[in-house]
Amino acid sequence: MADESKGWDRNQMAARAAQELKDGFYVNLGIGIPTLVANYIPEGVDVTLQSENGMLGMGPFPYEDEVDPDLINAGKQTITELRRTSYFSSAESFAMIRGGHINIAILGAMEVSEKGDLANWMIPGKLVKGMGGAMDLVAGVKKIVIVMDHASKSGSPKLLHECSLPLTGKEVVDMVITNLGVFEVERGKGMRLVELAPDVTVDYVKSLTEAKFEVAV
Amino acid sequence: MKKIQNDAASALDGLLFDGMTIMAGGFGLCGIPENLIVAIRDSGVKDLTVISNNAGVDDFGLGLLLQTRQVKKMLSSYVGENKEFERQYLSGELELEFNPQGTLAERCRAGGAGIPGFYTKTGVGTRIAEGKEHKEFNGETYILETGLVADLAIVKAWKGDEQGNLIYRRTARNFNADMATAGKVTVAEVEEIVPLGSLDPNNIHTPSVFVHRIVKGEFEKRIEKVTTRERETA
Repeated sequence: MADESKGWDRNQMAARAAQELKDGFYVNLGIGIPTLVANYIPEGVDVTLQSENGMLGMGPFPYEDEVDPDLINAGKQTITELRRTSYFSSAESFAMIRGGHINIAILGAMEVSEKGDLANWMIPGKLVKGMGGAMDLVAGVKKIVIVMDHASKSGSPKLLHECSLPLTGKEVVDMVITNLGVFEVERGKGMRLVELAPDVTVDYVKSLTEAKFEVAV
Repeated sequence: MKKIQNDAASALDGLLFDGMTIMAGGFGLCGIPENLIVAIRDSGVKDLTVISNNAGVDDFGLGLLLQTRQVKKMLSSYVGENKEFERQYLSGELELEFNPQGTLAERCRAGGAGIPGFYTKTGVGTRIAEGKEHKEFNGETYILETGLVADLAIVKAWKGDEQGNLIYRRTARNFNADMATAGKVTVAEVEEIVPLGSLDPNNIHTPSVFVHRIVKGEFEKRIEKVTTRERETA
């Protein structure tokens, strides 16, 4: 069984992911824990958030009297604009994404393989909701960081030799941040554990991981 | 030629037929052609193929056409907010073709620009790529996707002029601008029809050549997820 109290909580995972943001970056954040990354942008680092429904320069959630139905993010939540904001069509939005103009995307996942394959859009037999912009993001954004729980509630690994679920992208993940630590993935070279969360041991990580990984902590 | 129509029903007069393909702009419930969707429902036209990023919610937007079973097939990227959709899809009553969101947008843009196909990295190595032509460019693999043209595109804009020039507001532009180019006939519903000369020609989002009919609508503008923050108290 996975001990859910071990390692980082959701906010700490988001804070760790925020360390990957560099000054001047254009950034796309996925739904769930990745959304929290916006709360932990390091001091002195200025980033511009892209929302793939057609906005660059996404501001915070609105105060109640500022809510505007014409102003939502890709998670369909109401948001606000900033002085730097621009709006554009869906095709132009994905020209930014697929054209390699976005520096980093931080996304959630169901499974990641040791080669960097990602599965995060469907579970066959259950309701299929769709991939939205995830396949375009992993194909086009320069760096893909995944933030997810290390294992399922029952302790089954999510870092696998091969993904069992339908893929979102093949060999697309560059980094995985879980509640237990940080892994880097290099194309053709595999996965490497580079950081452990406080009070987490390599053996404990191994007990909850199927993927092969080098230890570099 | 007069493009301005009196109401949504007359804006669609003579354009609808069973089995047709309709593109509908919007992202979630943001920037959807609310009035034209209702008019399509009321017309009773059926066996529709609908191209839209999402499928509305059960009782609003494109969900209305699902309730009445007027849709045969949906082409979308994300349909997670609609229970009736789920029921019809799982029981086999509704066909569904998933497109990655960027691929869907580009298919509309390409179709409207007379480009029948394009290569993209999106979906390579996934089930989206199955059966599609693969081609290498500079050592990377890409798949062939095709442009889309619809019998009818329905879009929603903020303001339009008598000529059919359109501007959108904030994130309500989304798929509307791309789909406006890809309809054999494009009908726009707007919040306000303004006299010629009152829109800044430097800031037209959809030039009038793409718009065949225009109608002023009454909008509910429902919000799916109202998310707010608290005001800090001094």
